Amino acid sequence: MRSRAKVVVLGAGIMGLATAWNLARRGVTDVLVVDRSYLCAGASGRNGGGVRAQFSTETNIRLMQESIAICREFAATMGINVWFRQGGYLFLARDGARAEALEASVALQNRCGLQTRLLEPHEALRYVPELAVEGVTRASFNPEDGVVFPWPFVWGYARAAQDLGVEIAPFTDVVGFVTKGSRITGVRLRPTRLGQITRGEEVVHAGEEFVVECDEVVCCAGAWSPEVARMVGVELPNKPHRHEICSTEPLKPWLGPLVADLTDGLYFSQSMRGEIVGGVSVDPVPDGVDQRSSAAFLAKYARSLVRAVPRLARVKVLRQWAGCYDLTPDANPIVGRVAEPENLTLACGFMGHGFMMAPVMGRLLAEHVDTGVTSPLFERWSLDRYRTGKLLNESMIIG
Amino acid sequence: MTAKAMVCRCEDVTLDEVEEAIGKGQRDLESVKRYTGLGTGWCQGKQCVVACARILAAKTGAQPELPITARPPLHPIPLGALASLAGDDDA
Repeated sequence: MRSRAKVVVLGAGIMGLATAWNLARRGVTDVLVVDRSYLCAGASGRNGGGVRAQFSTETNIRLMQESIAICREFAATMGINVWFRQGGYLFLARDGARAEALEASVALQNRCGLQTRLLEPHEALRYVPELAVEGVTRASFNPEDGVVFPWPFVWGYARAAQDLGVEIAPFTDVVGFVTKGSRITGVRLRPTRLGQITRGEEVVHAGEEFVVECDEVVCCAGAWSPEVARMVGVELPNKPHRHEICSTEPLKPWLGPLVADLTDGLYFSQSMRGEIVGGVSVDPVPDGVDQRSSAAFLAKYARSLVRAVPRLARVKVLRQWAGCYDLTPDANPIVGRVAEPENLTLACGFMGHGFMMAPVMGRLLAEHVDTGVTSPLFERWSLDRYRTGKLLNESMIIG
Repeated sequence: MTAKAMVCRCEDVTLDEVEEAIGKGQRDLESVKRYTGLGTGWCQGKQCVVACARILAAKTGAQPELPITARPPLHPIPLGALASLAGDDDA
């Protein structure tokens, strides 16, 4: 491993890898990405693969339009099959307030150029004839939304970044920082279980600490961001929040869109592997980063899914797992440089949308880190807003 | 064994695919699983994980690892049966 890097990225999830690849494409190839575990160990390997532009704020809608465009080209650009399928997203509202919010969101999406359609309940049957629409008051459908298989998406960025000279070090824990004045000058690292590292002639064994000097640090540690940032004196308001998910036996292709119910947080889609993949909101969840599965989730998801599509009652669940959303108090990410240390850039708090936002955010973050130039988006999403009180909102959060 | 020998029959992962993953730098079961899809099918790894661990140990010289995290349920269960379970939301 190199003993110094221009940029050290903390977290080899999709956000860190997309940022590293975009940096390398800009010519900043002296980049080290470290991760405490294996690739896909965190939320990037545990999410449902949804990629949508149906949001309730213009910022999110426009960002996701670009992300979807990147997804469409991803296989050709990266030379890897990510099983991208644009079957659309079908949102369901079951009460007056959510129906009104959905109407406002669709109007905004249309102004942004999306083809989203507001639907009466019976019109939703055109997209999913097996859906039980009793109790549904409104629905919306955007044909451009879709799903990917998250794992190859992560590998695609990793391999492409490595091809351009980026170094990726899994099984390497961040244990602290070396600072001088208001800057980070190095990151203190420690290989874990499998992370034996060679530095020239020297071998660093698991458990031994070493320092990689750097000019810039980017924190893309997702649900682990608060504990990483705290090591350098930055307090984040984010909270990890467990979300569970499961998949069924593979079925022949029948389900077009990802269906999302705004009332109970139910969502389900059919992957290109044929499985029905989905989840539902469960409350309360354990504190902290917790990636264990619960029987209570399976029962609630099954009830909600069978209510939505009664014919699925005989389909078998094969596997369940869990990952953590990285939640912020105002449902918007925390992105950009902090006041101090001045060479630390944050990219966290993505509210369970980090995976789908990474393709576009990777480009914007690389530009920000490389040039130091900020943008209205990064000002709006800055950590500073919690001090100044300029808080934001986003109502279309599922799962 | 030939390169086309099946390691994971549920997900059609062959010996040469596992070896390719190791060749690309994967050194542990969790990574090989996520690189190849091994162990994510109908049997949930009950047949392939041990074979994959042996291949990893042989190719890398490392001690065989503990199994990957087992995903519930132990056997496939119909959604209709799960829906009838009491959950916390019924309390």
